[in-house]
Amino acid sequence: MTHAPEVRKTYKLFVGGAFPRSESGRSYAPAGAPAVNVARASRKDLRDAVVAARGALAGWSGRSGYNRGQILYRLAEVLESRKDSLVAELRACVRATPAAARREVDEVIDLCVFHAGLCDKVQTLLGSQNAVAGPFFNFSTVEPTGVVGVIAPERPALLGLVALVLPILVGGNVVVALVSEPAPLAALALGELLAVSDLPPGVVNLLAGQRGELQPHFASHRDLDGLLAAGAPDPALGQAAAESVKRVRHADLAAAEWSEPARLRSLLWVEPFVEVKTLWHPVAF
Amino acid sequence: MAAKDTVAATARPSLTFGATWKYAPAPEDSGQVRIEARYGLFVAGKFQPAKAGRTLPVVEPATEAVLAEVAHADAADVDRAVAAARRAQQRVWGPMPGAHRARYLYRIARLIQERARELAVLETRNGGKPIRESRDVDVPLAAQHFFHHAGWADKVHLAFPGAVGQPIGVIGQVIPWNFPLLMAAWKLAPALACGNTVVLKPAETTPLTALRLAEILQQADLPEGVVNIVCGDGGTGAALVRHPGIDKVAFTGSTEVGKEIQRTLAGTGKDLTLELGGKAAHVVFEDCAVDQAVEGVVRGIFFNQGHVCCAGSRLLVQESLHDLFVEKLLRRMERIRVGDPLDKNTDLGAIHSRAQLDKIRGLVESGVAEGCTLHQPAGALPAKGYWYPPTAFTGVGPAHRIAREEIFGPVLSILTFRTPEEAVEKANNTPYGLSAGVWTDKGARILWLAERLRAGVVWNNTFNRFDPAAPFGGYKESGFGREGGRQGLRAYLRFSGSFRQG
Repeated sequence: MTHAPEVRKTYKLFVGGAFPRSESGRSYAPAGAPAVNVARASRKDLRDAVVAARGALAGWSGRSGYNRGQILYRLAEVLESRKDSLVAELRACVRATPAAARREVDEVIDLCVFHAGLCDKVQTLLGSQNAVAGPFFNFSTVEPTGVVGVIAPERPALLGLVALVLPILVGGNVVVALVSEPAPLAALALGELLAVSDLPPGVVNLLAGQRGELQPHFASHRDLDGLLAAGAPDPALGQAAAESVKRVRHADLAAAEWSEPARLRSLLWVEPFVEVKTLWHPVAF
Repeated sequence: MAAKDTVAATARPSLTFGATWKYAPAPEDSGQVRIEARYGLFVAGKFQPAKAGRTLPVVEPATEAVLAEVAHADAADVDRAVAAARRAQQRVWGPMPGAHRARYLYRIARLIQERARELAVLETRNGGKPIRESRDVDVPLAAQHFFHHAGWADKVHLAFPGAVGQPIGVIGQVIPWNFPLLMAAWKLAPALACGNTVVLKPAETTPLTALRLAEILQQADLPEGVVNIVCGDGGTGAALVRHPGIDKVAFTGSTEVGKEIQRTLAGTGKDLTLELGGKAAHVVFEDCAVDQAVEGVVRGIFFNQGHVCCAGSRLLVQESLHDLFVEKLLRRMERIRVGDPLDKNTDLGAIHSRAQLDKIRGLVESGVAEGCTLHQPAGALPAKGYWYPPTAFTGVGPAHRIAREEIFGPVLSILTFRTPEEAVEKANNTPYGLSAGVWTDKGARILWLAERLRAGVVWNNTFNRFDPAAPFGGYKESGFGREGGRQGLRAYLRFSGSFRQG
C-alpha cells in the first residue's frame, strides 16, 4: 500500500483578519523550506494592512485593559493547544533540536500570559498624578501612539516577532508586522491562531516577504505612527521616517539576549509606543 | 491702524483704548539692569569670544535698537564646548553623588529668585514680551524648574522602579526665542539632575538671559564645563546637532527644523526628543461659563503675542453660542493694551522680530484673501519697533491656511461645530498634536473629549498652565518625549535593555 502524496500548504498573509495571497501574485520559497510556498507581500499589501490596522485602532484602544488582557490570555490558551504544530513549523525552516524549538514556543506562550496581565496595569505604572503648584487637579495618562510597524528579526523567528509585538499591543496600539524572511512559517501560522483567539480583525496584521524591498515603505508610510525594527539603527530607515516625525526604535539584540526572560518582560518595551497626555482642571470654582 | 472690525463695528459702539481713557504709563525701571556692549560664549566655566571673532547683533524688538553684540560660535567653538562638557561629565558631574548635584541646582533656583527682577527686565527687553509675563510667568517658572529637579537629583533611582537609569552623557540642547530663559531651565534642569552635562544653544535673537543664567551658574560655583552656552544662528545649531561628541539632542522649535534634526540623527543611535509646533484648538460648548471661557481664549492666543507653540490658535465654538461668544470676545479684545513691553499695564508686547512680523502679516493677508472676516480693534501702534494688533477671524473653514498653519502670532481663527463628535474631528484635523482646550460645565463631557483629543496637554476650563511637575509634550508632528514630571526624566536617562533610538 502506498501513501497518498502529502497536501502541501501555501502560507498566506494575515491582513484585517483574512488570509490573502499577495495582491502582486508573487510567492517565494523560504531558504530553509524550499518545498513550501509563502505569499510575498508588496508595497500595496503593506498599504492595505495599514488601512486594516487603522480601522481596528479605535476598537482595540477603546477596550478596557481587562478585556484586552483576556484576549491575550485566550491567545496563550490557543497556543498551548497548538504547540506541536508550531514546533514543527519552526523546525521546517530553522535547524533546531525539538527541545530548542519547544523552548521557544513555551517562551512565546509565557510571554502572552505575562503581557495579558500587564494590560490593565499600564496606566498605573506609566501614568501619574502630578502635584502642581496651583489649584488644579493634574494627571497624566498614557495612550497608544497608533498604528505601529514591526520588522521582526530573522531569528528567533517566532519568539522575536511575539516579543516585539506584545508590548505594543499592551500599549493599546495596533500592529503591521513583517515576519522573518527565511523562517516565516511559524509566524504566519501564528496568524491563523490569532484569527481564532478573539483578537479583533486588523489589530495584528502579518506580512511575509523581502525585508530589503519592504522596509523603506514601512519607514516612509505616513500613516504608520511608529516603527520598531530588529537590528542596528539604519540611516535610510530613520531618514525616511523623519518626514512624519515617526517614533522609531531599533531592537538591536544579540542572539543570546533573546533568551534573557527579564529583557522581554519590561515596561521599557511598552513605553516607546505610548504617548503621555496631561490633563488639567481647576479645583476652585 | 484703521478699524477693520467689519462685522461688529456697526452693531455696537467701539471702544478705543488711549482715546476714551488715558492710562498713566507704569514703566518698570530698567535703568538698573546692566547690558554689556559685548558678550562672549560660555565654555568651560568662562566667558570667551568666538574663535573666529564673529559676532551677532541682538535687537530690542520694541525699539529696533541694538542691545549688544554677542559672540557667534562656529564648529570650532562647538567643538571646544563639547570637549569641555565631556570632561565635566566624566570627571566631575557624572561621578558626583546625586545629593551633591541637588545642592548646586537648589543654589541656581535660589539665585534665579534673587535676581528675578533683573532677569525679567532683560527678558522683556530682548524678547519683547510684556514685563508682567516675564515677571509673573517666565522667571518664577524657571526658578521652580530648577527647584523641582534639584529634588529629583538624589531620587532618580526611585523614579523608575525596577530599572536603574544612567546618565546619557553630553546633551546638545537647542531652544527657541519665545521663552528664552524658561526654555533654558526646562532643558537644563532635568538634564543636570540626571547627571548629564550640556551644550546649550539659545536662539540667535535671544541669548541675553541665557548668558545671564551663565553668570548665575558661575555664582553658584557650578563646576566648569557642566553647562556650556554657544550662541549663534542655525549654522551653530547644525554644528551642535551633527557633532559626533554628543550623545543626545533635545530640541524645541519648528516642526520643519525638528524633522531635519531627526533626519540628521538617523542611524546614529543617538537619543532625541523634539518639542515642535502646534495648532491647538479650544473647544467651547454652549453650556460653558462664557466669561471665563472668553478670558481663557484670550489668554490662550494673546499670551506672549501668540509666540507660543501650544497657543490656542483655533477656536471651535458650538454653533448655538457663536454669536454671543464672538461678540464678547471682540469686546474683550478692544480692552487689550498693546505697547511698551516694559509698561506693567501692557497686555500685548512687541512682535519678536521683523521676520516674524512679516510671517504674521502674510498669513493674515491669506485669511483675508480666502474670504474670512478680519476683526482688529482700532488703536494706534507705536511708530518704532515691531507690532501687531490682537486679531481674530470669523467665517474660517478647516481648509483655510489660517486654520491649518502655525501663525505664531496674536491671530485667532474661529470655526464652529454642532456635535461633540464634529468638534473632535475638527480639533484633530491637523498634523500637530501639542495641546487643546475644553470649555464645558459637564465633567463627563470633559473626560469624553479629553480621551479623544490627540494632544499631549489638555487644559479643561483653563489654558496655558505650566508646571515642572506636569509632563508637557506633543503627539504626532508636534514631536516626542516629555518635559517635566517623572516622565520628563526619561528623556535624560538610558536604561540597559531598552530599544535604541535613531
